Amino acid sequence: MRKLLAVLGALLLVHVALLLVRPAGAAVAPTAKRVRIGIVFDLGGRGDKSFNDGAYLGGERARKELGANVTFIEPGDGSDREPGLRLLAAEGNDLVIGVGFIFTDDLNKLAAEYPNTKFGGVDYAVGSDKDGKVIPPPANLAALKFREEEGSFLVGAIAALSGGSKKLGFIGGMDSPLIRKFEAGYTAGVKHVCPDCEVIAQYAGVTPVAFRNPSRGKELALAQYQGGVKVIFHASGSTGLGVFEAARTMDALAIGVDADQFREAPGHVLTSMVKGIDASVFDAIKRVQSGSFQGGVIGFGLAEDGVGYVYDANNKALISDAVRARVEALKREIIAGTIKVPSTT
Amino acid sequence: MSDRAVRWDEALLPPAMALAIALVVGDVLILAFGQSPGHVFGILLEGTWGNAYGFGQTLYKATTLVCTGLAVAIPLRAGLFNIGAESQLAAGGFAAGVAGIVLPAGMPWPLAALVCLVAAAIGGGLVGAVPGALKAKFGASEVIVTIMLNFVVLAFLNWIVAAKLHVPDSLHTAEIAAGGIPRFADFTLAFRGSAANLTLLVALTLAAACWWFLFRTKGGYELRAVGLQPEAAENGGIPLGRTWFRAMLIGGALAGVGGINYVLGYKHYYEEGFGSGTGYMGIAVALVGRNHPAGIVLSALLFATLSQGGLAVNAIVPKQMMEVLQAVVILAVAVSAPEVKRVLRASAKTNA
Repeated sequence: MRKLLAVLGALLLVHVALLLVRPAGAAVAPTAKRVRIGIVFDLGGRGDKSFNDGAYLGGERARKELGANVTFIEPGDGSDREPGLRLLAAEGNDLVIGVGFIFTDDLNKLAAEYPNTKFGGVDYAVGSDKDGKVIPPPANLAALKFREEEGSFLVGAIAALSGGSKKLGFIGGMDSPLIRKFEAGYTAGVKHVCPDCEVIAQYAGVTPVAFRNPSRGKELALAQYQGGVKVIFHASGSTGLGVFEAARTMDALAIGVDADQFREAPGHVLTSMVKGIDASVFDAIKRVQSGSFQGGVIGFGLAEDGVGYVYDANNKALISDAVRARVEALKREIIAGTIKVPSTT
Repeated sequence: MSDRAVRWDEALLPPAMALAIALVVGDVLILAFGQSPGHVFGILLEGTWGNAYGFGQTLYKATTLVCTGLAVAIPLRAGLFNIGAESQLAAGGFAAGVAGIVLPAGMPWPLAALVCLVAAAIGGGLVGAVPGALKAKFGASEVIVTIMLNFVVLAFLNWIVAAKLHVPDSLHTAEIAAGGIPRFADFTLAFRGSAANLTLLVALTLAAACWWFLFRTKGGYELRAVGLQPEAAENGGIPLGRTWFRAMLIGGALAGVGGINYVLGYKHYYEEGFGSGTGYMGIAVALVGRNHPAGIVLSALLFATLSQGGLAVNAIVPKQMMEVLQAVVILAVAVSAPEVKRVLRASAKTNA
C-alpha cells in the first residue's frame, strides 16, 4: 500500500513540475487589434484534400496576408458541432465559420443567440417555406454558396471537345440536389458544344457512404469506359479514387473535382473542376476586417473565381489551344450572362 | 460485492494511478506541441468544470456514456463482451425519434417522453437480443455477432434516414412532435446554451437500478455466477442460455435509452451518426469503472471531461491528443488493476 501511494505521489509531483514548464512560443492571449476568426471543420477534419483542407488554406492565408487571428476546431462527433461554434462565438471571435452544409441548423440558431457575432456557412443550405419561397439566412450570417454548375459546364465542354467520343460519362456520389447541380452543368456544357453527344450519368448510392466507396466508383467507371465512354467527370468524394483507378486501367481520361486531382492519376486527368473554398473563406474574413461584411447568400461562380477548371503544365498536352480558346470564350459568355447554366437536371 | 467487504484501496487505486500516468503523458505531449501544460490543463478545467456551460456539456456527454458503459458492463458481468453498444445506441435513438414524430403534438411531455423512452429501450433491446439469442441457441460468439450487427444496423438506419425520412438538404429526420425532455437551462439560466437535460437523472436511476439488480436480486446473482464460473453455475441449476440472452437484452436496452439524451433532450430529431464513437467509448467506460455502476458513473464523468475538454483546448492542441490521453487511461487501468491487486495482496501477506 505504502509503495503504491509513493508511486502515485511521485507521478503527481512530476505532473505539477511539468505544469510549470512554459516553452517559448506557447499560445498567448490574442492581441485585441487583430480580427479574430474561428473555423469549425466538418467531421472529416483536416487532411481530406478537399473541403476542410480548403477552409484551412483560406484561414491560413488570412493569417499570413491579413494578420488575422485564426482558431480552428475539429469536432469529435456530431454533437460537438454546435458546442464548437458556440465556444468560438462565446470567446468573442468576430467571425465564426462552419464548414459544410451540415452546420446549417446550428448556424441559424447561434446567429440568433449571438446577434453581434458574424457567422459564415460554407455550402449553407438555404431553406424554403411551404410555398417554396426562399427563407433568407439571418442578417449576421453569410451563406457561402458555389455555382458548381458553371465550372461543371466548362469541364463538360472540354470533355466533349477533347474526349474523342460522343459518349461522355458522369459519376456522382450520393444522389442529392447538390451533386445534381454538377450533373446539370456538365450535361449542359457537353450539349452546348456537341448537341448530338450523350451523357451517361450514374450515382454511387443514396446515402453519405456513396462519397467514400472507391470500389463502387471503379465498378461504375469500368462499365462506362467499356461502353464506349472516353471521359468521366466525377463528383463523388473519395469514390472518385476508384474512377481514376479505372481510368488508369483502361488508359482513358477522368475529370477531378473540388481540388486539382492531377496527382491521383497523372496523364489520365483531363482537368479538374475546382471549387474555391479557400477563396470564399478568405473573402469572408477580408470583408469582416474591412467592415464590408454582409449577411445573406454570397454566391461564388466563374465571375468571382469561386469555381473554375485546371489548365496548367500538367494537362496542357491533353487540351489543344483551339479547345482552350473555345472554353475561355464560353467562360466569358457565362460571366456576361449570355449563357444561362441550369442548376437542376 | 455483498458477500465480502468492498476493498476500497483495490477499487480506487488503479483509476487513480491511471489518471496520474495520463496526466504525466499529457504533459509530455503538450510540451511536444510547444505549449505550456499548465496553460492547456487550465483551459481544459475551465472549459469543463470551471463554468456552468462547460459543466453542463460535460454532464450531457457523461449521460450517454453512463448508458453505453452500463450496456457493456451488464453483459460483461455475465461473461459476454458486448461490442454492439454503438448500434444499440443508434437504434434506440432512432426508435425514440420515430415515436416522438408519431405521437400527437399536444401530449404532456412526461408521458410522451416515457413512451419514447420505452421505444428507445425496445429499439436498443432488439439489437442486443439478436446476439443474445444466437449465443444462447447456437453458441455463436457474441463478439463477432455484435461487431457485424453494428455494420448492418448502422447501414440500415443510414439508408432509411437518407432515402426515406430526412429533411431535404440535411441528414436528420423531422422534429419530434412530442416527448422533448426539458434542459437544465429551462430551470436555471446559468446552464444557458448547454445540452444537459433531465436524461441525466434517467441515466443515474438506471445506474442505481443496475446496482440493485446485480447485487440484490436473484437474477443478478445468477448473471454474475454465470460470468464467474459458467460450468459451476450450470451445475448449480442456472440455465446458461437464458442468462446470456437476458444480459444482452438488458445491455441493448440500456444503450438504447442512451439515445434519448440526444434525440429528446438536445436536438429533438434523429440525426445520422449522432453518437458515433459513444458506443465504443462505453467499453472503455465499463473497463475503467470496473463494471460497477458507481465506478461507471465516475468514469463516464472522466471521459466526458476529456471529450469536452478536448474541444475546449482544440484551438491549441490537436484533438488527437485527447484521443491519445483516453487511450492511455484505458491502457493504464488495464495494466494497473492486476498489478495493484498483486502488490496489495503481497503486502497484506507480509503484514500478517
